[in-house]
Amino acid sequence: MIWQLDFLFLILVLICALAAINIKDLLSAVIILGAFSFFMCLLWAEMGAVDVAFTEAAVATSVCTILFVGAIIKTTRRSKD
Amino acid sequence: MLTTVYENLIVQTVCRIMVPFIQIYALYVIAHGHYSPGGGFQGGVILTASLALIFLAFGQGAVTRRINRRLAVILASAGVFIYAGIGLLCLLLGGNFLDYAQLAKILGVTIPRARSLGILGVEVGVGLAVMAAMYSIILDIAGSPAKPETKSRPISENKP
Repeated sequence: MIWQLDFLFLILVLICALAAINIKDLLSAVIILGAFSFFMCLLWAEMGAVDVAFTEAAVATSVCTILFVGAIIKTTRRSKD
Repeated sequence: MLTTVYENLIVQTVCRIMVPFIQIYALYVIAHGHYSPGGGFQGGVILTASLALIFLAFGQGAVTRRINRRLAVILASAGVFIYAGIGLLCLLLGGNFLDYAQLAKILGVTIPRARSLGILGVEVGVGLAVMAAMYSIILDIAGSPAKPETKSRPISENKP
């Protein structure tokens, strides 16, 4: 429970979230979303919720990224807006 | 679609080395779910991640040759059956749903031991169901379409 570490991870999570919704290339957005999940996992683990961190690392970092990449390959890589 | 396989020796060798360790770790997470963080859901997802790694490195044929869609549906149903079966077994033995203490009557062990074994059985069921369901979702999203479309094609090809 070191609040400086919490604050550092929170800043990194915010940077990753803002980058993921602002970037035009969807494949880069998926990779940044994976980094978002990783920092979120570190934040959970640092705050003592190890089981939630485990689930976040297993689901959001691996399986969600694979599903997003599969969806991008079947549709288009460029964002329209 | 991820159906085109790009032969890459480094990726395939690293995948071949890593997959057994990932699967052993997944089984460890499932088996120690009632002592430590982790459990059936996380272990099942890690098992799915190892299958997805084979899928990405060797193509869809390599992974559907080991577990095809039909077997995936059967495994998911078997996992739900194990979970509900243990719960209903406790109900039949005179307790509440998932009341593991009642399992001590048929297992012949003490009540704390019976609770531990009951939770282990439930974790195994959840792990099977999650692994098969997530594998089926990945096949549906990233793989090529299922077989039945190609079965009717030879009949229509005879027509000019």
